[in-house]
Amino acid sequence: MGELGGIVRFGADQLTSFDGSVQRRVRPWSWVGGAFAAAGISGRALVIAAPAAWLTLFFLIPLAVVFGISLATKQFGQPPYSDLLTTEGGTVQLTLHLSNYIKLIQDTHVGTNFWPQVIAYLAVGLLAFWLGRVVARIAAPPAVRAIYSVSAVATALLIATLYTADLNVYLTAFLSSIKIAAVSTVFAVLIGYPMAYAIARAPDRWRNILLLLVILPFWTSFLLRVYALSGFMRGEGVINNVIGALGLPPLVMMQTDFAVYVGIVYSYLPFFILPLYTNLVKLDPSLLEASADLGARPFRTFLEVTLPLSMSGVVAGAMLVFIPAIGEFVIPSLLGGPGTQMIGRILWDEFFSKTNWPRAAALAITMLFIVVIPFMLMQRAQSAVAEGR
Amino acid sequence: MRRSIFLPVASTLGFLFLYAPIISLVVFSFNANRLVTVWSGFSVQSYVNLWEDPQLLPAAGLSLQIAAVSASIALVLGTLCAIALVRFRRFRGKTILQATVSAPLVMPDVITGLALLLLFVGMQSVIGWPANRGVLTIIIAHSICCMAYVTVVVQSRLGDLDLSLEEAAMDLGATPVRVFFDITLPIIAPALVSGWLLAFTISLDDLVIASFVSGPGSSTLPMVIFSKIRLGVAPEVNAMASIIIGLVALGVIVAATLQMRRPRTRF
Amino acid sequence: MAKKPQLAADTRPWRDPAAKPFVRIRHVTKKFGDIAAVSDVSLDIFKGELFCLLGGSGSGKSTLLRMLAGFEEPTAGSIEIDGQDMTSVPPYDRPVNMMFQSYALFPHMTVKQNIAYGLKRDHLPPAEIEARVAELLALVKLQNYGERKPHQLSGGQRQRVALARALAKRPKLLLLDEPLGALDKKLREETQFELVKIQETLGVTFIVVTHDQEEAMSLATRIGVMNQGEIAMIGEPTEIYEFPNSRFVANFIGSANMVEGVVTEDEPDHVRIRSAELGTDIYVDHGVDCAPDQILWWAIRPEKIALTRDKPAPQPGIPADANIVKGYVEDIAYLGDMTVYQVKLDNGRYMRVTKTNARRGDPDAISWDETVWASWAGSSGSVLTN
Repeated sequence: MGELGGIVRFGADQLTSFDGSVQRRVRPWSWVGGAFAAAGISGRALVIAAPAAWLTLFFLIPLAVVFGISLATKQFGQPPYSDLLTTEGGTVQLTLHLSNYIKLIQDTHVGTNFWPQVIAYLAVGLLAFWLGRVVARIAAPPAVRAIYSVSAVATALLIATLYTADLNVYLTAFLSSIKIAAVSTVFAVLIGYPMAYAIARAPDRWRNILLLLVILPFWTSFLLRVYALSGFMRGEGVINNVIGALGLPPLVMMQTDFAVYVGIVYSYLPFFILPLYTNLVKLDPSLLEASADLGARPFRTFLEVTLPLSMSGVVAGAMLVFIPAIGEFVIPSLLGGPGTQMIGRILWDEFFSKTNWPRAAALAITMLFIVVIPFMLMQRAQSAVAEGR
Repeated sequence: MRRSIFLPVASTLGFLFLYAPIISLVVFSFNANRLVTVWSGFSVQSYVNLWEDPQLLPAAGLSLQIAAVSASIALVLGTLCAIALVRFRRFRGKTILQATVSAPLVMPDVITGLALLLLFVGMQSVIGWPANRGVLTIIIAHSICCMAYVTVVVQSRLGDLDLSLEEAAMDLGATPVRVFFDITLPIIAPALVSGWLLAFTISLDDLVIASFVSGPGSSTLPMVIFSKIRLGVAPEVNAMASIIIGLVALGVIVAATLQMRRPRTRF
Repeated sequence: MAKKPQLAADTRPWRDPAAKPFVRIRHVTKKFGDIAAVSDVSLDIFKGELFCLLGGSGSGKSTLLRMLAGFEEPTAGSIEIDGQDMTSVPPYDRPVNMMFQSYALFPHMTVKQNIAYGLKRDHLPPAEIEARVAELLALVKLQNYGERKPHQLSGGQRQRVALARALAKRPKLLLLDEPLGALDKKLREETQFELVKIQETLGVTFIVVTHDQEEAMSLATRIGVMNQGEIAMIGEPTEIYEFPNSRFVANFIGSANMVEGVVTEDEPDHVRIRSAELGTDIYVDHGVDCAPDQILWWAIRPEKIALTRDKPAPQPGIPADANIVKGYVEDIAYLGDMTVYQVKLDNGRYMRVTKTNARRGDPDAISWDETVWASWAGSSGSVLTN
């Protein structure tokens, strides 16, 4: 490198001003900050307060209102529910009705020990699961596995008991919503994982195009895509045209539970692929090379390295399918048959056809409790995806 | 490593599954037969029907307006929220804010719709506002759902942003507000654009929430489409869908090409 | 090696107890949760110095620098710059600028806009900003790159833009966080030289954080060695290398053979240490502040040990049985400029000795498995009591 040539004038004579005092500049609008500061409000607090207030007013409070109204009864008039607070002769009276919740479990044709059985299985299942997690820290794997298998058996018994019982329309709808959502989620995982993996491992040039192809349906209308699917599957639809051309009898697909499964997988597949892709693309390829170097075949490597490391992506993506699918309304009403009773549809009918707002509110609150656990699972998995663990 | 053919085959089938129905929808929008699914010759009749339809186009106009306003509200609030979540060190209620803002992402629409409707009805009887349900209530409801998407998009971009850029600006004499407008905002601008667009399409697409909180005379496009397709096939809906899909595809492809042609600005 | 700033050689204000420090760090502690990243650091830095904070990762050097810049607030203690208390002054009001390790160039601005950014914040007239940016571009020899965006520059060019930007506001104090860390070795040596030259020309006080001891030795007027949030030693490079004050510093800077021993003779003009570890006695030709029978450590640099095939004659003033030990060469590493010998002593311990390769292809060089004598002068090692 050469000499410092022409910069000398930058030096000596200006050095005095160099060390001169820093001019405190007057900022326009600084009084605004000053005023807020005087009131004890920092800019930070304002940034947090604006969205927090909006969310509280239009998200948290409404949920509380739903809970309140689920404790009212149906009434004719506007609004069509009873007041919780009434004033009679100067005293304020709070009237809460649990009838809406009781109605949810009434009219079930089950034996006397059905409910104790359900509760027992549930309690054993959850307790064993929790115990397994605690024990896993101190005990050897066989003991942990034994405890977990107790939990699995209890869960299996619970499922068997619930799905063989003759329950009322609400409980049936809840159970079938969970079943449909769970089965669809499994299919979304089976179809989506290879796709996400293929995109993450594709060469750079292809990766962007493939990613774009996944995102594109995300941007097009959900309703119109379900409509497109119905055109595909209906009696004289594209699939049956192809089957007919091959000389086979047509398949009945529309208005069945099968159509609902396909619809959910079809609509929510991008939601599963994207978080999983984000996770897989961060996976260090040298880990796979290390595994191969140590003698593992590709499938072994996948099972023992890729899959465990991508678990948080799978969970986050699966919950993004499972949770909204539970309350899905559009898909069962456009693709499902009259026998497809999903809770979103029941709630819709309760509200719009029967104008039983309190009952609909009780259904909403119950649904909320069902989705809380998967939601917490998703939160945990998502923060893990974000941190690239 | 030997490449197995499982991955290419599986992912090709997956993409086929995603695209075949959409492509057939577009193809059959040019069908001469009203039955939509039986091909009987090329025609643009359904596009003519669409143009003359008394409901679809006005509803589309209304939906566009609602989407633009609610996406803008969601953009401002969602960005503030993302900043609070990414940039601020611990504050009380941070986890609650994080959970609350992302809850609408997965919250079944029927719950959100019902909850907001009950709130509006309750507010009307207590404080007399909103006097009736319609465009305003739909905008408020949509801004809540869209905010979640904006927050997620901006949050991930902000998380990638090198903190020392903001510190450098502050070191050179910029106040925090100045830093935001000079440094943070220009760098996260692409995320803001895609966040807004995502919010816009989410709002444009919503049927369930809008059905709950809308009032007489404020039928959005999805509501009109739903009532038409519930009864069976509707060629003019096919035409409308083809136009929407075409526009979206064009927009996404243009945006992606621009993005790819631009040299990498991150390092 | 780069030339030291003249100021340092002429005056060395830190040796003058009456000199007024420019940066005064007093009992500064910074805790993140329960962990103290910096604990009770006190440090004076004088005007015109090029002070290096040297330490491994997690030693707290960067945290200290960030507290000077104002990005972190000390949990306890105070920081004064030029007589002003800086504790509650936000970064944007401090007369201090920083050059970031990642350079932190604004990716959406051109080189000129990057350099002008700080000047615009001071609301200087546009003509003056223009002139100053031109001067700075000339200073870092990037006159033709003003309109480029950062991603169109090479690593070395980015480094110079970052330097120009940090200098633009003519700060009283410039903080540099691993300024050469992202450059390759060759470029680093060139840039090191230039950095010192610029510092010298402008007379700005520099505080440099680095983990590279060679960089610190060649740049600094003084070095502060940090370890686990504390200052282990402050001194000129020669002091740090030749007179380490602790086992940590002796081991951290360069390499050292270190043994434990017991004081057997404690006189004002010499000390004798018996070391079972070394298998011989150590004679130190100066007094040491210690008690008889005290256990202490003695460290010697590999290049200060002489290696000979024949037993050397006793050195004048040193007992014949001290400062000499027999062993055999177990391993040799030829590094070009010097050769490192791994000598196995009779008691099984290893000693590391280096020898400059002054003769080309020396046919008489000591080779593997030869029996050798290692000896040293009475002043060669350092006695460490902590």
